[in-house]
Amino acid sequence: MNKKLFYLVSALMIVSLALASCAPAATEAPATQAPVATDQVEVFSWWTGGGEAAGLEAMIQVFASTDPNIEFVNAAVAGGAGTNARAVLATRLQAGDPPDSWQGHAGQELIGTYVAAGQIEPLNDLYESEGWLDVMPETLIPLISQDGNIYSVPVNIHRANVLWYNPGLLEANGVEVPTTMDEWFAAMDTLQAAGVQPLALGEQWTKLHLLETVLLGTLGPEAYNGLWDGTTDWGSAEVKTALENYAKVLTYANSDSASLTWQDASQLVVNGEAAFNVMGDWAAGYFIELGKTANTDYGWAATPGSGGVFQFLSDSFVLAVGAPHRDAALAWLKVAGSKEGQEAFNPVKGSICARTDCDQSLFGEYLQSAMADWSSNTVVGSLTHGVVANDSWKTEIDTSLGLFLTNSDVDAFQTALVAACASSGPCK
Amino acid sequence: MKSLRFSKNWLYIPLVGMAIFYLIPMYVMLITGFKAFDEIDLKTMWDLPRGIAFDNYVEAFSKLSPSLWNSFAMVIPATLISSALGSLNGFILAKWKFRGSDVIFPFILFGMFIPYQSILIPLVQFMNAAGITGLPGLAMAHIIYGIPITTLTFRNYYASLPQELLEAAKMDGASMLGIYRYILLPISLPSFVVVLIWQFTSAWNDFLFAVVLTGNTDWPITVALNNMAGSQIIAWNVQMAGSLLAALPTLLVYIFLGRYFLRGLLAGSLKG
Amino acid sequence: MSKDKDRVLNIILVSPSILAVLIFVYGFIAWSVRVSLSRWKGLTPDYTWNRFNNYIELFQDLRFAVDVRNTLIFTGVFVIGSLLLGFLLAVMLDQGLRGEGFFRSLFLFPMAISYIVTGVVWRWLMNPAMGSRMSGFNLLFANLGLDSLVNAWHTTPQWGMAAIALAAIWQMSGYTMALYLAGLRAIPQELKEAARIDGASEVQIYRHIMIPLLSPVTLSALIILGHMSLKVFDLIVAIAGKQLALDVPAIYMWQATFDGQFYGRGAAIGILLLLSVAVLIVPYIRYTLRTETEQ
Repeated sequence: MNKKLFYLVSALMIVSLALASCAPAATEAPATQAPVATDQVEVFSWWTGGGEAAGLEAMIQVFASTDPNIEFVNAAVAGGAGTNARAVLATRLQAGDPPDSWQGHAGQELIGTYVAAGQIEPLNDLYESEGWLDVMPETLIPLISQDGNIYSVPVNIHRANVLWYNPGLLEANGVEVPTTMDEWFAAMDTLQAAGVQPLALGEQWTKLHLLETVLLGTLGPEAYNGLWDGTTDWGSAEVKTALENYAKVLTYANSDSASLTWQDASQLVVNGEAAFNVMGDWAAGYFIELGKTANTDYGWAATPGSGGVFQFLSDSFVLAVGAPHRDAALAWLKVAGSKEGQEAFNPVKGSICARTDCDQSLFGEYLQSAMADWSSNTVVGSLTHGVVANDSWKTEIDTSLGLFLTNSDVDAFQTALVAACASSGPCK
Repeated sequence: MKSLRFSKNWLYIPLVGMAIFYLIPMYVMLITGFKAFDEIDLKTMWDLPRGIAFDNYVEAFSKLSPSLWNSFAMVIPATLISSALGSLNGFILAKWKFRGSDVIFPFILFGMFIPYQSILIPLVQFMNAAGITGLPGLAMAHIIYGIPITTLTFRNYYASLPQELLEAAKMDGASMLGIYRYILLPISLPSFVVVLIWQFTSAWNDFLFAVVLTGNTDWPITVALNNMAGSQIIAWNVQMAGSLLAALPTLLVYIFLGRYFLRGLLAGSLKG
Repeated sequence: MSKDKDRVLNIILVSPSILAVLIFVYGFIAWSVRVSLSRWKGLTPDYTWNRFNNYIELFQDLRFAVDVRNTLIFTGVFVIGSLLLGFLLAVMLDQGLRGEGFFRSLFLFPMAISYIVTGVVWRWLMNPAMGSRMSGFNLLFANLGLDSLVNAWHTTPQWGMAAIALAAIWQMSGYTMALYLAGLRAIPQELKEAARIDGASEVQIYRHIMIPLLSPVTLSALIILGHMSLKVFDLIVAIAGKQLALDVPAIYMWQATFDGQFYGRGAAIGILLLLSVAVLIVPYIRYTLRTETEQ
């Protein structure tokens, strides 16, 4: 028996060595049998599931119709906020092997990381030739540029400062949708007294998301923007008020927030188990997938204090320096910024076009109201989703927040935020 | 005497108790895999699904099966080669002491503790520079990083074997490789079983190396599984169905190898 | 003469492993050390000499202090729990019961399941909500009348890591069981029979014969479990997300390097992890080698 086993194992080893050397050929064979492609473009993203993947697929279809000779290599790797994709990207960039184009959050996440390292090309010529300067919002362009160079093509816009609420719960308790911080506190007091969970929150990053909306709601758009260019002092009294507001808001949250994902927390609102939830507008897509009805099961408003302000984030694509297939990459970017491409992608994904000329009728109820706001509101950027702060700064803020969540010390929190701005931001 | 020993059958009580502990999470995975997306709710996590629809499994299978071949092609060589090398190393370092062998063992062992995140960048740089990319590169990484632990396991196993075993064979004029092949290998079975289980599992389930060393044409099933989750709105029903499917090959390996947990392999070799 | 021939053969056979480890372990560690002593922050490599500042900053870092504490709690609970549970299961399965194969495969199966799904299921099971929103284990306990077992699991302040160790024990104790089972099966039956004839009870046999004979297995298991608990990262993030209260050095290293671009600091954390492990295995190696030469 042992001898047979020995021969079996030896045979297995020989077979497996053969497998290992043949397998790559086996998986490459189909590619060469595909329709004659003269070129290819490798695009990195983290859109692998659900509406995101479907939206990307729709945009790829548009690309296939405009550029049938270019094969689209979809190198998407999943991971919340692209944490895995960005790690893979970093290793490839360090090894000098960039993809042709990749997805990144428009703003400092791209500029502070990739422009600073000279890894992406400016796209001013593309913007000129495609006429994008006329259709992209004016307030957006400076946020995705540095020294007059525009560095990415935004595909979609999401809104961060959305207050989701359960209309039934509010009505049953005689509570109006709050528009200021104080109204919000009063509303949550009423709800809490009636035994209703006032606010649903999830794990740490959702609390960072909440923090940026409270900062915006307390400071207003000018002072909020000042935080990120060094004109607002992080150690000032007004920031302290904002942080104290934030600490107070947290007291209304569910006790198990640390163990919930953003989905679980938002679901509490549509289930009638919580009254309010602060989350970006991708929650609308989630509610639709759950089969919930707008204005019956869920309602929305700007987070308290931020009426008339659109706190945005945007997924965008860039052009790699040293892209192996530069022309193909440019062709892809043209589709990403085109009306057809964005109209194919956004309704499916659950976001609105970055362009202002997309056809409204393609979009659902919430998204139509978002489009109206996008063209009329003041635009500021999100922190959690990479617009206003680069990776290092955001990580330091996140760490300070984490410590605050364990000890509730507002003064220590403020000191840490001041230090973070000095260490990774424009403060001195 | 025998009547004083308590009946073995009482052991079924704690065994079944432990089995329940292991089964509870699997139960949740199983029922969630049969639920529709809108049924997934913390409130109803214990509830049975509305209906047994295999949609999730079909969807998961169609998304995972392209990568299945990649996983096999990479895991089988990686497992077998690293186990064989570990056995050889363990034998030499345990039974054939030479000057320096006591230094070589810790030298190799230390490789077990390297945190993989911190060496991703040099690993990719090296593999790209050496031109060893894709599945062969991934298999090689698993072999190399598997050598420390396989060497550890085998060395300890062989070290506990009595020296008389080898002395007798040496006196009979057997060469080192002969002793390895005819005496040590046959009784290495239990050790091979645990090493193969470990290596197969760690190579099959590895995500980190797989995602940086392979691309979308040749990545193994773990990357496809991770991608199925999606990044923003995650469909746990399909994800759990997919996970259970992806775990089946490993389970089959455990069942197959488990038959080799034989008793008394040493019996007889001492007297011979 | 044949001894020399053997020596040459030995060195040849072991040298591929030595070479591989030299490059892929020590070479890369050297790179990592270099980065940890540099100012590298951002995507562009920057090897400017930064003395030991990265390390000094870590020792003053509140987050790292939390990490160290969490690792100690996690390691303690995970290693001891897995060893005990694995040993007990192996002893039970060694008795030649019917259905041994089924139980063995069942206990091993958790190791085969992906960390994402294991993490999410344990996240649901350990949900700490009380009152009308109770779910997970708490709901089960409440329904069974075991109210005293209802607790906050991993959101327990200070000690939440112990709950996460429970999930890790679930996943890994099957392997410890396999190690002990292989070890038990390698012990000749004659030893047990002889002891029984001498009148020893089962418990005495295990205490004075089996457990000592299994000490190499225990040491192997200790090393394997110990190194896993220092490296664990995916499972914790899958259960708890990235939050400071349940942070460990491995998560901090990832977040610092890939989310925050602090390459110098990330490398320093990695080196500290390695050093802490070295502290464990150096005594192990010396002990092993000493006891073997005594034999």
